[in-house]
Amino acid sequence: MADILVIAAHPQLEHSRATRALMEAAAHLDPARVHVRDLYALYPDYFIDVATEQALLAQARLLVWLHPVHWYSMPPLLKLWLDEVFAFGWAYGPGGKALAGKDLWLAASTGGPDTSYRPDGYNRYFFDAFLHPYEQTAALCGMRWLPPLVQHGAHRASDALIESQAQLFSQRLQSWPRWPEIDAMERTSQCEVPADARPAESAT
Amino acid sequence: MEGAPTWLTSSLIYLGAAVLAVPIARLLGLGSVIGYLAAGIAIGPWGLALVTDAQAILGFAEFGVVLMLFLVGLELEPKRLWALRRPIFGWGSVQLAGSTLLLAAVGLAAGLDWRLALVAGLALAQSSTAIALSVLPERNLMPTTAGRSVVSVSLFQDIGGIVILALLPLLAVGTAAGSGGWQQGAKAVGMVLAIVLGGRLLLRPALRWIARSETPEIFTAASLLLVVATAALMQAVGLSMALGAFLAGVLLAESEYRRELETDIGPFKGLLLGLFFIAVGMSIDFAVVMKDPVLMAAVVLGFVLLKALLLLAMVRLMPIPRAEAPVFVVLLAQGGEFGFVVLQAATGASVIPGAPASFIVAAIAISMLMTPLLLVLADRFVAPRLASSGRVDGVDEIQDEQQAPVLILGFGRYGQIVGRLINASGLSATVLDHDAEAVNGLRRFGWPAFYGDATRLDLLRVAGAGEARVIVLAIDDVEQSLKAADIIREHFPQATLVARARNTTHWYGLHQRGVLHIERETLDAALMSGRTVLELMGTERHTARNLALRFRQHNIELLNQMAPHQGDEKQLISVAKQGRRELEELWQREREERREQRARRGDGFQAERPDAVPGADD
Repeated sequence: MADILVIAAHPQLEHSRATRALMEAAAHLDPARVHVRDLYALYPDYFIDVATEQALLAQARLLVWLHPVHWYSMPPLLKLWLDEVFAFGWAYGPGGKALAGKDLWLAASTGGPDTSYRPDGYNRYFFDAFLHPYEQTAALCGMRWLPPLVQHGAHRASDALIESQAQLFSQRLQSWPRWPEIDAMERTSQCEVPADARPAESAT
Repeated sequence: MEGAPTWLTSSLIYLGAAVLAVPIARLLGLGSVIGYLAAGIAIGPWGLALVTDAQAILGFAEFGVVLMLFLVGLELEPKRLWALRRPIFGWGSVQLAGSTLLLAAVGLAAGLDWRLALVAGLALAQSSTAIALSVLPERNLMPTTAGRSVVSVSLFQDIGGIVILALLPLLAVGTAAGSGGWQQGAKAVGMVLAIVLGGRLLLRPALRWIARSETPEIFTAASLLLVVATAALMQAVGLSMALGAFLAGVLLAESEYRRELETDIGPFKGLLLGLFFIAVGMSIDFAVVMKDPVLMAAVVLGFVLLKALLLLAMVRLMPIPRAEAPVFVVLLAQGGEFGFVVLQAATGASVIPGAPASFIVAAIAISMLMTPLLLVLADRFVAPRLASSGRVDGVDEIQDEQQAPVLILGFGRYGQIVGRLINASGLSATVLDHDAEAVNGLRRFGWPAFYGDATRLDLLRVAGAGEARVIVLAIDDVEQSLKAADIIREHFPQATLVARARNTTHWYGLHQRGVLHIERETLDAALMSGRTVLELMGTERHTARNLALRFRQHNIELLNQMAPHQGDEKQLISVAKQGRRELEELWQREREERREQRARRGDGFQAERPDAVPGADD
């Protein structure tokens, strides 16, 4: 079973440049170490095989999400994957330790250029601000959130730039976990959800 | 063989000679035409002298040419003719007119009578469609520019040949003799008009009526009758039978019965053409050849060279890749069977005397015998040099000749939905169905639909199964469907099969035959109804969807698990039972999980999703 699990999600791969290039770069690596899963090809009908996905996750040590940023977030099928695969009692909550200790790395691309992700740009926030849900997802499951690889302005990026980003992605996958920044990072401990965190409510 | 009727003896001789000579010729890589010609020479007066009256058999075998022209007409869909107008009419006329004029000029310069020079030019300008059409697919050159150009030029020669046949009698030496003047002309024009009108109005309804009887041999009989009848009508008014057959063919080119007619007439055409070639072989007058072998060699080499020069000039101006030029030149430089027909007609109408005609027939036959050798030489010496000097790939100009990459067999309730989805998405599909009325309706809406039986190999081939990327097997009859699957798996392995299964047994049958994409026709519709029932009974819509999809997946997995045990009743039942138990257990487990969750909520914990987890600000 592969050490590294790359979950790629692009709803229109035929129009993709950045995501496709990174996917192909990852697919060229040793499949025994890096397993690439194209979610939209695997589940075109949005019917996710949760058991299989969980089994693969359990074996992996690094989970990579590879997707374009749509509406400041992930594509819908990846969100559904997250909803169903990161199940209560498995990924988090009482007994939910399946992902604890693993690494989570995001490789994303945005249509807007980096200058738009500024208080004076049309996206108004620095890009990091949109990643809080990701970071907290990792924290809740006891995963270590690695510094994301983001490509801004993917629509206008030159072929050379796309190619070099794909190379970088490939190199990073190969060298993980011997990344210089990892040594400087602390081990994250899992956020425990207290059993009495929320008052009883009627079941609906 | 005293006592045996003549037809029996001659059938014995002809069939025996053909069956012996053709496979030998093919084995030597010479093509069937050469085999027939050789067989003719062998049994003719200059060989074993088994048959001495070549002329009698030639008359009968001419019907093969008539059938061939009917098929040529069938291929000439006006739409396609228009798409190919440039290569056919442009380059075709350059080749035919150019070669005729060059050859006739040489003939005149050699002091021949102008009629003889012209007829010889016309006859020698023709190229053998039969040889071209057997060589091109053998070498997989059909889709290349050179292949298409050869076909286009031959097509023009066929059309031109019909005009030549019609006009030849006008060249007759005693023109005044026996001509009925304008009356004869009016009768001829009237007959052509009658055939065109009758064909337009009556042929298709008549064929539909015959097809509805669902007796295949009667449809074949009707196809033959159609050709014989038009030929007879034309001959009655003194026009060429071939022209009549050609007209009938064009009239039916757009009909849904085109493919079926082609397949039904095909074998007859093949056999009769074979007979025709045999007769030609028999009628080669070796006395003429032997009398002046030097002159014969000069004429053969001269006319082939002259035509080749013209063709080489054409290649320079046509978009033919240089590496493909040798095939184009060699295939069109040879003489052709239509030349025999022209000469036959010319001597018949006493335009030219018999002796020079048989000399030219011999010259043409020798050039045809040479063609395979020339091709081998071209392969060995010319092609490698051209290929290494930088090959330019042919540009795809004519899309029309290619078959649709999707072929749908059976266009009933099932195939229709598949086809309409494909069509709406901008892909084209060829349709083959055995219901004449349905096909008729489809064609009214502009679909490329054809009438025919999808379990016939020849018909599948004509419908383009050899080129199809995907073949949709949507036939409702289980046996027919399995038979078609067998044929396709064996003969068209390049095509992926997408199959409709009537029921589970049918599914297993297809599965055993290695079909990967099979859908049971009732499964998805029934699941949708099941979903609706769940919804009406109060299940949330999305939950109902998930339940249905899970059931579907499980059901398909079970089917796959049971497939190896097909035929072993006991195993089958046990696997089925186990599968049902598994699904029940799965659902049972899920129900318990839900109950547990609800119970936990009672403990003050409600979380199926992190968003329900209390945040710091909650």
